[in-house]
Formats: sequence, C-alpha cells, structure tokens
Amino acid sequence: MNIPTITPLLSSVLEATDIKTITFKYRGTVKPGQFFMIWVPGVDEIPMSVSYITKQIKGITFRRIGEATNALFSLKRGQNVGIRGPYGNGFETIGKHLLFVGGGTGIGMLAPVVEEARRRKVKSTVIIGVKSKKELFFEHRLRRCGAEVFVSTDDGSQGFKGFASDLAKDLLKNERFDSVYTCGPEPMMRTLLSPCKSISFQASLERYMKCSIGLCGQCCIGRGIRVCVDGPIFDGKQLQKFDDFGICRRDAAGRKIPV
Amino acid sequence: MTLYADGISHFGMTVANISTTIGSLHLKNPTILASGIMDEDAGSMQRIISNGAGAIVTKSIGVLPREGYPNPSLLELENGLLNAMGLPNPGIEHYGQEMKKMQRSIVPIIGSIFGANSKEFTVLAQKMERYGASAVELNVSCPHAKHYGLEVGCDATSVQKIVSSVKGKTHIPVFVKISPNVTNIVEIAKAAERGNADGIVAINTIKAMKIDLDSERPILAHKTGGYSGRAIKPIGIRCVYEISEQVTIPIIGVGGITTGEDAIEYFMAGASAVQIGSAVYYRGVDVFRHICKEISQWMNSHHYQKISELIGVAHL
Repeated sequence: MNIPTITPLLSSVLEATDIKTITFKYRGTVKPGQFFMIWVPGVDEIPMSVSYITKQIKGITFRRIGEATNALFSLKRGQNVGIRGPYGNGFETIGKHLLFVGGGTGIGMLAPVVEEARRRKVKSTVIIGVKSKKELFFEHRLRRCGAEVFVSTDDGSQGFKGFASDLAKDLLKNERFDSVYTCGPEPMMRTLLSPCKSISFQASLERYMKCSIGLCGQCCIGRGIRVCVDGPIFDGKQLQKFDDFGICRRDAAGRKIPV
Repeated sequence: MTLYADGISHFGMTVANISTTIGSLHLKNPTILASGIMDEDAGSMQRIISNGAGAIVTKSIGVLPREGYPNPSLLELENGLLNAMGLPNPGIEHYGQEMKKMQRSIVPIIGSIFGANSKEFTVLAQKMERYGASAVELNVSCPHAKHYGLEVGCDATSVQKIVSSVKGKTHIPVFVKISPNVTNIVEIAKAAERGNADGIVAINTIKAMKIDLDSERPILAHKTGGYSGRAIKPIGIRCVYEISEQVTIPIIGVGGITTGEDAIEYFMAGASAVQIGSAVYYRGVDVFRHICKEISQWMNSHHYQKISELIGVAHL
C-alpha cells in the first residue's frame, strides 16, 4: 500500500518571513535528502524534503509560494495532513571536511545532513545564501551543531554581499573540501558544479512531480532519469550528463520552461 | 547460454522467436510500453527502449496543452494501482519536438491521441503521422477525463465514426484502445473494426475509488480514477478472449501483465502483442527485458517456436 496516512501536526513554527517548519510523528527511518508527499486534503499533495529528523518525529521546512504551501502555512498544531513516504535516494556522507551551500529554503533540507555529519564527527562548513536577512533561518541551529557558518545576502543586509556560489568559490580556492552538498536555485547549483569537478558533489533537484513513485514520467530529466525515484540527489557525474540541468524543466503539462 | 530477442542463442542454436506482427507493424518482441508511463519526453522513451521494449506508445496527446488534475493522482492499493492523472500533456504542437527526437528510433513509436470528436482525432492523427509515428492509438477509454476518453468511447456509433474519419485521412495503422467500463466491450470492438481499425487495444484501466477512513473522503483529487495492475488481469484476459471471437483484426492485450506467463496467457486469449505499464512500478524499468526472457524460456520449455502458434489457442 502506498497511500497517505492522516497525521496531526505536532508543531508549526515560523522560521522567517513566509517560511515555516511543521513537524509530525513518523517512526520510520528517513535519510537526509529524502522527501515526503504531503497531502492537504481538498487542496493538493506536494513533495517536501525532510528538514528535521529524530527517531520519533520528522519535519519539513517550506516557503509559502502556491496554493498547497499557503494551505499548509495556515494549518495549526493538531490539524491534520496526509503523509506518505519517504521517497527518493537521499544524501551520502563522503569525506572528512564537507561544504554545504544552501540557497533560499534549500538550507532546510541540508540541515539534517550537517547534523548527521556532527554525529559522525565530520567537520562541516555551511554557506546560507538568501536574498536578505529577513529570509534567513537555521543559522543558529547549524552553529549549535558545531558547523562553521557563513551567510551571504543578495542585498548585503547580513554577511557577505553577493551570491552564495561566489562565496563558495572563494572558500573552495582557499580550503580543501572532500565533498560539496547543495540545494537551491538550479542556476546557482550549476555555477557551483564547475569548480567542484574533482571532488564529490551532490545536489538536490526539484522537478514538477505527479505520481512520486517513478511511473508517470513527469519529473524525468536527461535520458529518462526520474527525479522522484532515481533522485532527487544526483552526483556531479550524473548532473554533467543532464542537458537541462540549470537550464530548463517541464511544467505540469510537460512543456519545457526555463528554471 | 544467453538468449537474444531475435531468437538466436549464443551458440547459434535456434530457440523461440519472440518477434510478432500487428497487421503491417513488425515488432522484434511483443512487449510494448503502455501509454501514460514514462513517455512524455524523448529521453524517457529512449530509456524504455534501451531496456528492451519492442515498441512505445506515447503519452496521450490532445489538441491543446493540459495540466491534468492536482495530486494525489496515483495510489498503490493492495493489488494494483489507482490513478487519475487527468490526461496531462504538452499538446500536439509542443509534442512535435519529442517526436522529432524519436524519428530514428529502432522500435516503432505509436502516437496515442485523445480528442472530443472525430475532427479532433483526425487532426491529431495527421500530425502524429507527419511527426513520423509508425501508428496511432486512439484513446477512447480514459475513465477520468470529462468530454474525452470513455465519454466518447462508450458509444459504438461514435467510435466507428471517429475511426473511419481517422482512417480516411491517414496512411499509418490505426489502433483503438477501448474500455472495459461499458456494458459490452465486444460491441465497441466491432464498431472499431467496422470503422476499418487495424487493431484493438484492450483494456484500459477500470474506473475505481479509494476512500480514506480518517479524513472520510476519496483520496484521489479527482475522486475516481483508473485501476490497473495484477488485480485487473483476469478482466483483461476475459475481454481479449471475447473480442477475439467476434473480430478478425489483431488485438494488443493490456491489463496487469507483470511476468512472461501473464503475456503468454494474453496470447492464448487471442492477443498478438502486449502492453506493459504498472509493472514498471512493480519490477522496474527493465521489466521489458525480463518479460521477454520469461516468454522465451516458457516457449522453449513448451516447444513453441513462434508467438503466432500461441495466439488464440485457448479458444475451444
């Protein structure tokens, strides 16, 4: 059986402007980088990467952007959502010094990987890139787990003024990293891939998803690679083969549109 | 010993030949990708071909782009899959880009189309022919799209009219995918044959529903959907068997085929080839290669040399 289970929200916390984390009881094993399908009955069901993992409780962090995320945003503790999953492959922790680059809400799903790295006593450096400090979240959570944290803002309201990928390039020049983990706008991840060709690189991709179990083909990229089951985490070698990575995606009707 | 799809073993010994024909269409093996599964873009179709499919049916394409229904749109139930995608597709103009990339395909590409009337079907079929499709499949059986699919396919007169209109304006084989959600599927198949169809594809999914007990509502956003997978195989077998007693054109069997033996059962009921959809979920994208191997093995151990020897043998 692969159907949603109705589950009450344990918490709903405002992280930054328009950004919330919701948590729910889920006892199964979830790997950082995997995602749940979150059903708001009567509205829609959408894929959401896990941003909070404990034995008993899992959570997701999202920005309100469309109908489903707005509905989810307005739900209060105790109200129900439907949960199914986890789906997808998840990240692999590779190496002794890891660099994380999160753009926008992308840092949400990277946070559990940083926490896992701490459990394995692996050194983490994190770049959080946001438009302005109003959108900044998880800075303290990541510092608390011992990571070296840099913030970049497009408007210079906090930390480095400019793009997270530029800050990352500087760090990569001066320090030795074994592995890079990224989630954020695709052009940012594409820019980041070029200086990382000789080290391990893992990026989380987002495509319009319908079935989430590898059948409908809606989220396919490259030569029939399904983001829902073959991804959403892809390594540098795979990404270089995708002509559409950082360039275009397909909308709900399957038409190609720029990312 | 390695078996190849062309029937020649590694040591040159002749083993079962699993090639088949559907009218004028020749397939190196009888496994066809069913419409709606990993066939919205050329890359996905290429992946399925490299996993051994003998032919591909495209996503059902309409005149205009269509987003389909909100999620949930697909559920796995105890014995099958329930979907209500809602015919999402980029529209026939955009789909030309994907068809163009498939022009040098090593296996036939069958263009699936859906329209609200014979005029739309005819325009779509002509476009598919121009794009290089080897055949078209008329979807008159989708159980969950208002004004389309089953709504036009439950009436024998309108099916005949659509088929004969498409046949009058195109030169490639025309297959008609029909629904079991009708009083008498044989009547619809006979209407397609009267319209000069080159083959019948049976069956499409069965209209069904799943209700969630906690939220006390149907889970699919569209409420109802089409049920597929193992649970519907006996229904597909029955339909193919009954149709083949009443029509002379070839039948492509579809519904719950997961193993080589399932395919053999469809051949015995009267199918010349089979389509595979839900089994991509149950066994992975290489299911085509597995099923071909299983068909070969079964034929070898039962001393059949050609698929044509098996077609319709169960008719007593």
